[in-house]
Amino acid sequence: MKVEIISPVEKIYAGEIKLLQVPGSRGSFQVLKNHAPIVSTLREGVIRLIDQANRESRFPVTGGVIEVKKNRIVVLVETEKS
Amino acid sequence: MLSLKEIRNRIKSVSSTRQITSAMKMVAAAKLRKAQDAILGLRPYASGLQNILLNVTVDAENSGNKVFTEIREPENILIVLITANRGLCGAFNANVIKHVRMLTEEEYAAQLGNKRVHFICIGKKGYDFLRSRQYPVLVHDQELGEKPRFEEVAKLADELKVWFVEKKYDRIYLVYNQFKNAAVQMPVAEMFLPLRLEKKPSGWQGPVNYIMEPSKEDLLEELIPRSLRMHLFKALTDSYAAEQGARMTAMHQATDNATELLRELQLNYNKARQAAITKELSEIVGGVNAL
Repeated sequence: MKVEIISPVEKIYAGEIKLLQVPGSRGSFQVLKNHAPIVSTLREGVIRLIDQANRESRFPVTGGVIEVKKNRIVVLVETEKS
Repeated sequence: MLSLKEIRNRIKSVSSTRQITSAMKMVAAAKLRKAQDAILGLRPYASGLQNILLNVTVDAENSGNKVFTEIREPENILIVLITANRGLCGAFNANVIKHVRMLTEEEYAAQLGNKRVHFICIGKKGYDFLRSRQYPVLVHDQELGEKPRFEEVAKLADELKVWFVEKKYDRIYLVYNQFKNAAVQMPVAEMFLPLRLEKKPSGWQGPVNYIMEPSKEDLLEELIPRSLRMHLFKALTDSYAAEQGARMTAMHQATDNATELLRELQLNYNKARQAAITKELSEIVGGVNAL
C-alpha cells in the first residue's frame, strides 16, 4: 500500500509500505494492507512505518490527520520544526 | 544644452542608480525562487486536507455542527490585510489597498461609519494606510509576512476562529495579493469565516463509508481549524511570493529605463564633447588667421 506523509512545508515521506503505526487521538493503531477506510485525528507522538525492504522509519509529530482509503494512506501532520 | 561636467555627473548618478536597481532585482529573484518553493511545498498538504474535509462533510448531509458555517447579519467585520513592509514593488501595495477600500467603502460603508470594521494588519504599508485614515487596527505585525512560519500563523488563525465562534465578528476577510506567476499578482478578498464548504467536485466517486475516530462532529471540529490555519498560511506565502515577483518586475523595468536614459546621456555627452573640440579648433584657426 502507498503512503504519503505531508507537512505544511514539505512532503516528509512517500512510498510503498507494509505497515504503518500512528498515534490516533483515541489510541495508537496500526494500518496493514486492505484496512477499512478510516479518517482519524492524531495526537502528539511518533509515526512508525515499515517499508517493503523491512526498514523501519520513525517520524515524530505534534498532531495531524490520517485518511486511509483503498490502500492509499494520506497522513497530514504538524511537526516541531514547521 | 547641459555642460560637459553636468552631463558627466548625471551619467555617474544614473549608472549608480542602475546598479542598485539591478542588484535589487537579483535579490528579489532569489527570494522569489524560495517563496515559490514554499508554495509548492504547501500544495500537497492543502489538497490533501481539502479532500479529507470534503469526504467527511459530503456523505452525511450537513449534520449538526454549524459553528463555523453560520451566516449572521454582518454587524462586526474583521479584515486581515496582508501587504509588504517595503515599497519599490510597483503597484503591489496600492492594489491591495484599493481592494480593501472597495470592500469596506462600498459593501460595508455603514459598518465602517460606525467603527464596526476592524483590521488586522500584516505588513507595514497597509498599516500606514489604515492609520492615515484612522481605522481601528487590532493587531499590527511586520514579521509574519516576511517569513511565514506555520506555528505562528496557526496561532493567529486560531485567534480568528475563536473571535468568530464567540460572535465578536460576523465576517472575517483576508485581503491579499494572490500569486499567479512571477509577473502577475491578483489582489483578492476572500471570506475566511463563515466557512463555505465546497460542493461535490466533478471527479467525485461517491461517498466512502469511513470509520471516523473520534466521532464525526469531533473530527470536523479538528479538521476545520486545520483548514483555516492552512488557508491563512497559504494567503501569507502567496502574498510573499507575489511581493517578490512584483518587486522583481518593477526593478527590471527600472533597470531598463536607466539603461535607456544612460544611452541618451552618453549621446548628448559625445555631442557636447565634439562641439567643444570643434569650437576650440575654429578658435585656434581664427587666431592664426588674425596674426
